[in-house]
Amino acid sequence: MIFVTVGTQLPFDRMIRVVDEWAGRCGRKDVFAQIGPGSYIPKHVEHATFISPSECSTRMREASVLVAHAGMGSILTALEIGTPIIIMPRRAGLGEHRNDHQLATARRFAALGKVRVAMDESELPAALDSVGDVKVGERISPFASPRLLAAVKGFVHGGSGAARADGVSA
Amino acid sequence: MGGGMSRKTPRVLAVASSGGHWVQLRRLRPALEGCDVAWLTTHAGHRAEVGADRFHTTRDANRWNKVALLLSALKVLWVVLRERPDVVLTTGAAPGYFALRLGKLMGARTMWIDSIANVEELSMSGAMARRHAHTCLTQWEHLAQGGLRHEGAVI
Repeated sequence: MIFVTVGTQLPFDRMIRVVDEWAGRCGRKDVFAQIGPGSYIPKHVEHATFISPSECSTRMREASVLVAHAGMGSILTALEIGTPIIIMPRRAGLGEHRNDHQLATARRFAALGKVRVAMDESELPAALDSVGDVKVGERISPFASPRLLAAVKGFVHGGSGAARADGVSA
Repeated sequence: MGGGMSRKTPRVLAVASSGGHWVQLRRLRPALEGCDVAWLTTHAGHRAEVGADRFHTTRDANRWNKVALLLSALKVLWVVLRERPDVVLTTGAAPGYFALRLGKLMGARTMWIDSIANVEELSMSGAMARRHAHTCLTQWEHLAQGGLRHEGAVI
């Protein structure tokens, strides 16, 4: 099963259209897409506008591959549960997000080699064609880095979180 | 209950919008062991994830919808008044900003952790929160400067 998700807020028709057309071309019947409030309605894949967090979690665990916008929720969850993921960044210039931070996210994670990145719709079909080769990355810890955990813990218990030493702690 | 005494179990209000902000906030939960934690997010479906902790929701909002922002702020105010947190911890976005401002007004100590998605600059809500948070962290070392500190990341 391939699970496609555009995240909790915005539509991403540019990605959904490519996945839908690819599924039609290849005759893939095992694709489910969460499409957000988009105007492109898929013709070849099962889809829903939004799904609950628990259904999303279940579908992410059961999928063999995820296809997602370059949102941190999708990426972190995929890395945490060890499901391979293909990401495609939204573009502010196309009205897909408020700014271009997903471009930077995609470049960073591409450099880390932990995810497969399609920078735009022209690169997505090839990524989908190689869907069977997308590697399962090593799972990451379900928790933040020890350093950040220590900073938060220190702050919560009255320290400065190793940040401003301005006497605000109790 | 309530109050700002330092030698008892801290009451923490942990706040994040559903989606990436929430996933990042939840990755901090080992740091909250031994605290009295209440969670605030924008989707009721996350309730099952927090076990026996208290759980609140507010509507999602962004700067393009002023009415939603106002309603969200009012709900966050209600939650802050009910929870009387010693600490507000948030990974953003809009509801986290409101909780941080309102919590601080009520005497809470406040920490903003800007989303790891913001690789090139602090988020807009982060830039606003930075002026008010007791501690403001970026998850990217190259963005740290002045009072904006880097103390690792959620991965």
